[in-house]
Amino acid sequence: MNQKGFTKETMRKRFRLSEYLSQRIISGVAFLSITIIVLIFFFVFRETLPVFQQPEKSSVTSSEELVPEQYGVFAEPEEENLQPEVYGIELDSSLMGNRDYGTEGTASEDERVTVKDLLGDEWYPVSSNPRYGLIPLFVGTIKITIISILFAAPIAILAALFSAAFAPTWLREWIKPAIELLAGFPSVVVGFFALMVMATVLQDLFGYETRLNAFVGGIAMGLAAIPIIFTITEDALTAIPGSYKEASLALGATKWQTALFVTLPAATPGIFAAILLGIGRVFGETMIALMATGNAALISANPFESVRTLAATIGAEMAEVVFGDTHYGVLFLIGSLLFVFTFSLNALAEFYVKGRLMKRFQGKTS
Amino acid sequence: MSRRRKITGGVLVGASAFSAIAIIAIIVVILVVVIIGSKDKITWEFLTAFPENGMTEGGIFPAIYGTALMVIIMSVAAVPFGTITAIYLTEYASEKSVIAQTIRFAVRTLATVPAIIFGLFGLGFFIKFIGGEMDSIFLGGELRWAQPNILWASLTMSLLTLPVVIISVEEAIRTVPRELREASLALGATKWQTIKKIVIPGSISGIMTGMILAVSRGAGEVAPILFTGAAYYLATLPTSLSDQFMNLGYHIYIMSTQSADVDGTMSIQYATTLVLLMLTFLLNFIAVIIRARIRRRVKA
Repeated sequence: MNQKGFTKETMRKRFRLSEYLSQRIISGVAFLSITIIVLIFFFVFRETLPVFQQPEKSSVTSSEELVPEQYGVFAEPEEENLQPEVYGIELDSSLMGNRDYGTEGTASEDERVTVKDLLGDEWYPVSSNPRYGLIPLFVGTIKITIISILFAAPIAILAALFSAAFAPTWLREWIKPAIELLAGFPSVVVGFFALMVMATVLQDLFGYETRLNAFVGGIAMGLAAIPIIFTITEDALTAIPGSYKEASLALGATKWQTALFVTLPAATPGIFAAILLGIGRVFGETMIALMATGNAALISANPFESVRTLAATIGAEMAEVVFGDTHYGVLFLIGSLLFVFTFSLNALAEFYVKGRLMKRFQGKTS
Repeated sequence: MSRRRKITGGVLVGASAFSAIAIIAIIVVILVVVIIGSKDKITWEFLTAFPENGMTEGGIFPAIYGTALMVIIMSVAAVPFGTITAIYLTEYASEKSVIAQTIRFAVRTLATVPAIIFGLFGLGFFIKFIGGEMDSIFLGGELRWAQPNILWASLTMSLLTLPVVIISVEEAIRTVPRELREASLALGATKWQTIKKIVIPGSISGIMTGMILAVSRGAGEVAPILFTGAAYYLATLPTSLSDQFMNLGYHIYIMSTQSADVDGTMSIQYATTLVLLMLTFLLNFIAVIIRARIRRRVKA
């Protein structure tokens, strides 16, 4: 044996190619998720450029400049025009026909869309005088989001409270996976159920005129949002330290008093995040909106009238447009708006919850 | 305790129990309705035959085949990349490093991006950018890859299911006991050897769960493939990666909203829904069971 034993020389890690390569490759692949997000930002924004670009010039509007405009669209909807007419858009479905993917249309100068056009109250993309007003789509999306969250949030939060606070352990182990199975239902199945069954049943119950409307769509989307809100709320409720509950019970509070006045308030940041993520899910839901809302782009406050949501508009019209023309660009613009919105919601939920929960559980409640 | 308090408590417990039961009841109702609606239609022939007579008769075999092919290509892309990302997050990155935090944020963001946005991205990135470049470089401008096909649809879908794999594998890797890793390292194994021989075999069930959940999700999503490769009707099965394909979810959507005879094909629609629902339902069920086992192992 070597008498010198461990010296600095012998202790140094030997260079191994396999170690070096594996570490490099693994870290490289791990960056993929970040890369994808960046690429989605870049490519979805890039395709909106034809809308704002004059075809002759090659000056490119940078995507940074687009963002404030979009917030403008969202923040200041023009005075709402509550007309009862239905701007139903019948799509000539040329689904069987093969489309020429090779040719690229370009926006001619008079077809250029200004911000003012986008703030218009008519969505008529396929007519001789196309109008790309996004307001009816925003109104429809917001209306349906409100309906579905009003339906889903109370049910999901109460169910989570039952599972976390009242149900015995054996029951809880059944309820949680059972409700989470609903999350595994494809949205096209929920949409189909809404279209075939719920629409008829709800119409019989409430007796409104239009069979497919914001109400049916909202309830159906609520079904998609319930498992998300339930799971996150349940996790937040069970994450409350046991000492909170024990202290409350020791002071003589009953089980339900503890649940209502101690556990639930302590979990508010988590519940808030759950609702935000539920909103994000509903806001971007496409298939249920396509199938169950009637898809008429009209501005109205009546929940029993048809609506056309932003996501459904992309889903219904993207397959019919000419690549690169104005309509195509506007649809990508809608996509960018959806992306920015859900991204912000997610970021808000993430940072709000992290900040608040951490502070609370470390006893630094202000 | 006053009587009013008792009533409040009763109402609260009752309402919360009712909500939980209501959600489970909705699940049961959907299942029952779909099963009843399709009970005469589900036959072996329906599953193995082509649609006939303008899709008003016949089976849904091409849609099943197309969906299966798509989830296979999707898994080939999503599972390795998802697993490697999970290994990086658990084995290489330190919990508090900015890089790891950013990756985690990106993964969670990816999980909340609406499905339709992936469709737009697939169109803008895979079809127009990658496909367009491929055509102009390899085929001299001949149109082949710059149009919707099964490859682009599957890759688009793999982006959507990537976070599902990452989250599931990460959870499983964390259940591999620390002592096993330390024992391996103490015996002189390098980090990569430890990962290869200890960590990956120890979390293989988690990787399986991730794949199953990803397949279940991918099989059910329609929005990302609306304009990246799904076709209404094809007389032949896809034979090349540049072919379009039929898909169960898209079939349901198209048959129930765009078909010439929605009422006449009702039983086909219900039966297709049942097939899709059973597929995703079973896969999820298997995943839940494997997951419960992993969790039990942690507790033990």
